[in-house]
Amino acid sequence: MSSIRIKAKERNGSVDVKTLMKHNMETGLRKNKDGSKIPEHWITDVTAESGGKTVFAAAFNTSISKDPYLAFAFAGKKGDTLKVSWKDNTGKTDSAETKVK
Amino acid sequence: MDRRSILKAAGTISAAAAAVAAFPRAVFAAYSEKAFKNPKIEDSLNELFGGNATTPSGDVKLKAPDIAENGAVVPIEVSTSMKADKIAFMVKENPNPLAIVADIPAGTEAMVKTRVRMGKTTQVTAIVSSNGKLYTASKEVKVTIGGCGG
Amino acid sequence: MKTIIRGTLGTLGLGLALSVSAGPVEDQAAFQKYYENKFPNTPVMDFQNGVYSILPEAREQWEAIEEFPPYEIAIENGEKLYHSKFANGKSLADCFGPEGAVRGQYPFWDKDRGMVITMERAVNECREANGEKPYGWKKGKIADVTAYMSYNSRGQAVKVEIPSDDPRALAAYEEGKEQFYTKRGQLNFACADCHMLTAGNLYRADTTSPAFGHATSWPVFRSKWQSMGTLHRRFAGCHTNIRANPYKAQGKEYSNLEYFVTYMSNGLEFNGPAARK
Repeated sequence: MSSIRIKAKERNGSVDVKTLMKHNMETGLRKNKDGSKIPEHWITDVTAESGGKTVFAAAFNTSISKDPYLAFAFAGKKGDTLKVSWKDNTGKTDSAETKVK
Repeated sequence: MDRRSILKAAGTISAAAAAVAAFPRAVFAAYSEKAFKNPKIEDSLNELFGGNATTPSGDVKLKAPDIAENGAVVPIEVSTSMKADKIAFMVKENPNPLAIVADIPAGTEAMVKTRVRMGKTTQVTAIVSSNGKLYTASKEVKVTIGGCGG
Repeated sequence: MKTIIRGTLGTLGLGLALSVSAGPVEDQAAFQKYYENKFPNTPVMDFQNGVYSILPEAREQWEAIEEFPPYEIAIENGEKLYHSKFANGKSLADCFGPEGAVRGQYPFWDKDRGMVITMERAVNECREANGEKPYGWKKGKIADVTAYMSYNSRGQAVKVEIPSDDPRALAAYEEGKEQFYTKRGQLNFACADCHMLTAGNLYRADTTSPAFGHATSWPVFRSKWQSMGTLHRRFAGCHTNIRANPYKAQGKEYSNLEYFVTYMSNGLEFNGPAARK
């Protein structure tokens, strides 16, 4: 099951997108109960594509909160497909697709 | 051909625009340690934009609370009426001040909302890259700890 | 004890006689009136939103979080847990219906067992009746499942009943009421001190929320916890903050307190799960 939740709604030729990605965004500074450090592990890049082109992209670090939230808006309409993907510092990736409402 | 070397060439704004159209993916901001694991915001900006000169502008709209409810989850919004190709955000007192850089391709609104972490009261700055220049808006966000929130 | 409560109520200008004539219905009306007078700019139903009903700047941040609230993840997890089959083939749906939209039925007074039943207790008793181990009471799966159930129950009226034919029910309500108005802990605070007398004041960096509307929005994703938690988790946390020994989650004290506090919100609507500071 994808870690990415997307809400995409058309508003007069623009698509308002809200996306929440489940990810701990570990800073590498937190410690386990036994004192060992929890390794850093965070989303580094996010890309949003629709109609074959990239409509939004972002890169970030652990200054972004746990379960990263992004909202943006691009030219599009109801029925368009939107795909959001992320990549993290360990090379792990995930993606999710939705149809604009 | 990366954007940095294009900007350094003299009088080549239009060439930069052509280069963006030709190689969109290569010009998009991607995570790099040099930009994002850097205690110096000037170095981060150099890495991303090939320069770090910024000008405050009333056209950069920054929404952030005066007092954060919780420093771990601070909602912020940056928007501008300018034609922006990138929007960035930085949290001055964080160990690595640059927090996020977003690409605004043609057809996408110059607006980003996200939630950031801050460990203590800090200045935050929104940075908009438009026509080869960087524009900013800043404010202070207070972070308080302690009380009956427990 | 009654003198202390009468004294506190007197200070609060409620002027209620704690004799036989006053009852829960009058208590609730006076309670609600107190907050309506204290915060005249807050629409009555808005008290369901806790401190955000009285603090505009905090409200802005809360509304930004509500754009895509962290408890949505809990609701999804809860949905899965709610419908997953026990070893005997049944699931929580067999106890609470296809969507678990039963928030409005709790807490209630169980005449047979002579106790207050909360929704969390009902969930775990369903599990145990079907041979499953109960969840913990404060966080994790219990909070995910009740988040799902509360979400499907949004809008249900808060209408806690105190059956008139069982004096033990009224006694439980009165115990909860006494808890609410009794000072405890090293800091010597009663719930009423911070959440009634000085609701809306700053305690160091936190503004205390009105108790009217307190029980409508559980379970809650607290930024501070970075996780979901139940009402009893919060009760215990609050008691720890005032340096009092917390009671056991789902024990008599907190169940009766929940009974009283929820009754005081009769007339409002359940609006959980919620995001809070």
